[in-house]
Amino acid sequence: MAIKKFAVATYTDEAVLFPAVKKVRKSGYKLHDVYTPFAVHGLDVAAGHKTTDLHIAGFIYGICGTSTAVGFISWVYTADWPQNYGGKPHFALPAWIPITFELTVLFAAVGMVLTFCYLNQIMPGVKKHVFHPRQSDDTFVVAIELPESASEKEALDFLKSTGAGETNIQVAEASWWYGRFDKTEPYELAAAGK
Amino acid sequence: MHIKYESFIREPLVEGKKDYHQVSEDIVRPIEGKPGRMWYVGFFFSLVLLGYGLFSVGWAVYWGLGTWGVNRTVGWGWDITNFVWWIGIGHAGTLISAILLLFRQGWRTGVNRAAEAMTIFAVMCAGQFPIWHMGRVWDGFFVLPYPNTRGPLWPNFDSPLLWDVFAISTYFTVSLLFWYSGLLPDFALIRDRAKTKLRKALYGIASFGWTGTVKNWQRHEALSLVLAGLSTPLVLSVHTIVSFDFATSVIPGWHTTIFPPYFVAGAVFSGFAMVNTLLVLTRRILHLEEYITIGHLEAMNKIIVLTGSIVGVAYLTELFMSWYSQSWGEMAAFQWRIMGPYWWSYWAMMTCNVVSPQLFWIKKLRRNVIFTFVMSIVVNIGMWFERFVIIVTSTYRDWVPGSWAYYSPTWTEVGFYLGTFGLFFTCYFLFAKYFPVIAIAEIKFVLKGSGRNFKEKMIGYQDMSDEQFYHAVEASHDDHDDHGHSEEKVAAGAAHH
Repeated sequence: MAIKKFAVATYTDEAVLFPAVKKVRKSGYKLHDVYTPFAVHGLDVAAGHKTTDLHIAGFIYGICGTSTAVGFISWVYTADWPQNYGGKPHFALPAWIPITFELTVLFAAVGMVLTFCYLNQIMPGVKKHVFHPRQSDDTFVVAIELPESASEKEALDFLKSTGAGETNIQVAEASWWYGRFDKTEPYELAAAGK
Repeated sequence: MHIKYESFIREPLVEGKKDYHQVSEDIVRPIEGKPGRMWYVGFFFSLVLLGYGLFSVGWAVYWGLGTWGVNRTVGWGWDITNFVWWIGIGHAGTLISAILLLFRQGWRTGVNRAAEAMTIFAVMCAGQFPIWHMGRVWDGFFVLPYPNTRGPLWPNFDSPLLWDVFAISTYFTVSLLFWYSGLLPDFALIRDRAKTKLRKALYGIASFGWTGTVKNWQRHEALSLVLAGLSTPLVLSVHTIVSFDFATSVIPGWHTTIFPPYFVAGAVFSGFAMVNTLLVLTRRILHLEEYITIGHLEAMNKIIVLTGSIVGVAYLTELFMSWYSQSWGEMAAFQWRIMGPYWWSYWAMMTCNVVSPQLFWIKKLRRNVIFTFVMSIVVNIGMWFERFVIIVTSTYRDWVPGSWAYYSPTWTEVGFYLGTFGLFFTCYFLFAKYFPVIAIAEIKFVLKGSGRNFKEKMIGYQDMSDEQFYHAVEASHDDHDDHGHSEEKVAAGAAHH
């Protein structure tokens, strides 16, 4: 848990969002994250992210599935319990292709989805701070992490200058925690009281 | 303003005046409101069917499979017919979400969510048949390769029936993962909009805490693309393996190499018909005509006429091959199919699958909602008869004339089939009430390129000369540089570079 202070700006047009994100990165402020209601192509590059290696993980899981199937079936039919099925050889590789293929796909898909959840830190019961109630609807949200020493006004003025709609300061948990979305968190109550 | 130009030859994928917020409102409305009376009636009726199915299956398990009409030669009756029928229907969803994604078909965004849901429910229904067909269903886990005290004795990995176990369970799992990963952002939207505590809590859990950061979206895109790449051969493999159940045997009528492509085409054919059945109703009842447009229905009807024709060619090829083989058994099997005591099933199949879909060559009929609905039912009836014809008319007369018999189902078999309709529609009604039936985030993604009001803004550009267009594009890019929307603004990009 790490409660931090953020300067938050909203945008409604992708064409304004892209230059704004670039300006934030050039400005020296620490870009916490950009939240969008749908995938915006090219924003990952604009926000300074490298391409993901998720597909490489998928390939490795797939290979694991292939070797599990071939290894297991060949062990069963050549070592553990060889059987004569319709005169087929014990090492009947062509007959194992369907199961090998299915296990390759199964391992790759399940492994990738679990990796996806792990990397994104998402799981049933996980809660994260929602900076704007419409960030999943029609609003793009840029959050800048503000150190205690930084001027709130300067940061908000800077965000306004990038064409932001609403701007505000929020004190919030930066990471994820186990929680329910219908519950108000203590730090939210404290911020509201202040 | 940013130029996203798409030719007017392409119909808008989203009709009406929409912005991002309106899309959310339109699609989430049924979830936040109370369902209509039709929903309650339909849901109740589905539960009654499901209950009757449970009773029929319970009866068959208690008294044994002797309560079914299957006999010495027709060992696979209605149950395997229904299994193949449902699993075929379950092919459209993944075809739409995976293959059409790889082919960059924008229209899939309007229908993929409901089609994938249909796939998952259809596969659930299909799975019931081989499971309860085992008879001693409590020993069903014997199909799994686990270390056991019988040797260990392993299942037969060389058998298509075991391949089926792996194919269908993999297909179900991967379809479910693909579908659910797409649902996460939409659940997050419902959660963030929720006015009641319960809805916020439940959709909060269902959304896995998704917030839509840039990196999360980047991984989401990568995941969708790879899952689509994996599902494409998967969806083709599943019905191929189902067809191996027949094709690897030496029964006349089953023992043919044409089965895998013929089954896959038939699966797509019946799957799209079922998608049309559901979507014609869904778009009307939930008022989603602006998202599931006539253009969407037409696109699916085009696939129906294509796959229906492929199936037709396959039927004729089978007939040719049985004559060309000059094998007595093969020729007799097909002669009895056409003119034997089951002639009515063969001709029902031919009429529904081959003849009537040809009407979809007429554009007016392709775009007619009522005709589409009627045809979707006709095709599904035809495809049921296809599986009945393959299974029953190949086995009711075997090599020993003394064991020839006429097979008819008993009430337990019919009840079992009706029960799977109950299961299917119970799931679909719950889905239509509690899940966004259209992929909201994906619609928003294509909205600015393919929404009607956004396309109309581009009308002025249609008539410009190259030079005028170039200057217009330059002007629109004055305040910021190129940032990666390139694939959506092909024309603009071409002028830019």
